[in-house]
Amino acid sequence: MSTEAPPGRDEGLFDYAARPPRLPDPIDDRLDEAEIPREVRLGLYRTQQVLRQFEKRAYDLFMQNLVKGTSHLSLGMEAVAAGFAGAMRPDDYTFATYRGHAHTLARGAAMEAVMAELLGKENGLLGGKGGSMHLTSVEHGMMGSYAIIGAHLCIANGAAWSAQMRGTDQVAVCFFGDGTTNIGAFHEALNMAAVWELPVVFVCENNLYMEYTPIDLTTSVPHPAADRAAAYGLERILIDGNDADAVYLTASRVIQRARSGGGPSLVEAVTYRHGGHSRADPGKYRPADEVEAWLERDPIPAYHRRMLRVGVDEGELVEISRDVAQAVDEATEAAKAGVPPHPDAVYADVWADGGWEWRN
Amino acid sequence: MAELSYRDAVAAGIAQEMRRDPRLVMLGEDIAGAGGVFKTTVGLLDEFGADRVRDTPISEQAILGAAMGAAMTGIPVIAEIMFSDFLAVCFDLLANEMAKASYMTAGQVTVPVVVRTANGGGSRFGAQHSQSVENWTMMIPGLKVVAPSTPADVIGLMAAAIRDPDPVVFFEHKSLFAVKGEVPDAEHVDRLGTAVVRRPGTDCTIAALALMVPRALEAAERLAADGIDAEVIDVRSLVPLDTSTILGSVAKTGRLFTVEENPRLCGWGAEVASIVADEAFWDLDGPVVRITTPHVPLPAAEALEDLAIPSVDRIAATVAGSLG
Ligand SMILES: Cc1ncc(C[n+]2csc(CCOP(=O)(O)OP(=O)(O)O)c2C)c(N)n1
Ligand SMILES: [Mg+2]
Repeated sequence: MSTEAPPGRDEGLFDYAARPPRLPDPIDDRLDEAEIPREVRLGLYRTQQVLRQFEKRAYDLFMQNLVKGTSHLSLGMEAVAAGFAGAMRPDDYTFATYRGHAHTLARGAAMEAVMAELLGKENGLLGGKGGSMHLTSVEHGMMGSYAIIGAHLCIANGAAWSAQMRGTDQVAVCFFGDGTTNIGAFHEALNMAAVWELPVVFVCENNLYMEYTPIDLTTSVPHPAADRAAAYGLERILIDGNDADAVYLTASRVIQRARSGGGPSLVEAVTYRHGGHSRADPGKYRPADEVEAWLERDPIPAYHRRMLRVGVDEGELVEISRDVAQAVDEATEAAKAGVPPHPDAVYADVWADGGWEWRN
Repeated sequence: MAELSYRDAVAAGIAQEMRRDPRLVMLGEDIAGAGGVFKTTVGLLDEFGADRVRDTPISEQAILGAAMGAAMTGIPVIAEIMFSDFLAVCFDLLANEMAKASYMTAGQVTVPVVVRTANGGGSRFGAQHSQSVENWTMMIPGLKVVAPSTPADVIGLMAAAIRDPDPVVFFEHKSLFAVKGEVPDAEHVDRLGTAVVRRPGTDCTIAALALMVPRALEAAERLAADGIDAEVIDVRSLVPLDTSTILGSVAKTGRLFTVEENPRLCGWGAEVASIVADEAFWDLDGPVVRITTPHVPLPAAEALEDLAIPSVDRIAATVAGSLG
């Protein structure tokens, strides 16, 4: 019998935290000069504050065991949600993943309703039926958060197809992670969108990791979305996902293209999550210097500095931040004050008529 | 009353509804220019145009996804999955997305989609193109499931499925496509969740679905020659399930046989047997007997496939043996 170690686990290879760090590019200060109206920038600032402060609170509530089940935060990734939502029209459609709190809030859903949903309360956005991973607010164009990788790219195509058939100029925007570019549904969706020239924008939020594995270890190309655009006859679009202005400018351009009949786009926004994948994951599989470098590139302080550079008053920004803090406190209290869903809700809404009958 | 084949009834049912509802569209592989690999959609492209009858890439997930996304934003959709075996390729869309959208969103989203698919054996296509997978879909909360056995029911249940606001899986049986039958001349709309007594009888109840219905009827005629008067129920709709028709029949006959083309484990008849055992135990004069395809993949050779799928001989012999 061989005394050699069995093939397989090579500690060096599998200790992802010991790999060379993948560091962010520096912020592009030239975007200070971008022609983005002051009101839009203030909106982007406020939205990022809402997402950041809301999710920090959500994390606290999770650690207090008040949010059960799971939650996937976008802390560190707020610029993508804010930049796109800022460029969308109220009747455009958003499709998101289980990492969907930010996209739901960015489209305008009430913080109280979202928080109450995380707490499993009757006053939740979905009456407690969906939870953190399925946030949906059709009245805000937020068409759902989908927790199984891949499917919602195909579903977003359908919403875009429907807009095309109804002769509206609505656009569907679909967010997903880097890991999602390796599932078949991604490729099916991109091909169909291209062939049918659908008004859909696919946005890959490349945070460099799947759950706990670096994306480059499982992907055939360095940029999981951008490097594949050519396969569908699409433009290669790679942007800084930690700069709300960069996101906003690209979002405006590709949404306008879709709206005017120019077909789909695939955008890769490079970003990073401050925390772990979900729940209380500390994210220890990431090199410490990598985490540190990305924390330095936090999109929100960076945007704050830009706002000051472009002449916005510090006081105005502080006031926005305080407003948001108060709104988060109020939403938290209202959510906590909510009651658990009525037991009848177990049986409600299996069918469109509200019922669940499967026999007579 | 005109006579139509089951195959032509598919296009007739779809056309009836596309004329009524200008929003209604359909998509699938080879359905437009080619008229479908089973020729079930012939003529629809010509009448309704390429915007409403769309050929797709070979992308089952993209097909059901497009159907769902359009349906939840105001466009009812008929999606074709060429062979029901291929539902396994897009089962996430069917079982996790369409089926659960209304529930998870507390009714914010509804999904008026009909997923049409060619189901069942008899064509000697082997294990990956012959399955009866109605039980795969029946077990998913949030899906409705129908499987017509006659041309008239194809039209009537198709219309009902299209008008239903929930996702409906519509199984068209490959071995019934050539069967002809009378269909109403006027608009025909049936009801989901209703079974039909095809042959009244007093000695036992035989509940069957799709291709098993004509086989059960033929078996009943043979049994009649032996003095056994069997009642044959065409179950038609698995979800919703018309249990009252079945329970009413069992109350009268005291015996129940199910004839199922799906493989045995967790076949639809198991649920029916369980309901009858629960609620009609004291009506029964003997065991509930399930006549099913055995728990094997389907073989290709004629001689073997015919052994696997319940035949008229097997149905008649099983019933006679059990009652005798
Ligand atoms: C089909 C499928 N496979 C696996 C999972 C489990 N899973 C949940 S999140 C995740 C990682 C996804 O990574 P990525 O697409 O990069 O998104 P991120 O979480 O980084 O935003 C995995 C594997 C799933 N939900 N669905
Ligand atoms: Mg990722």
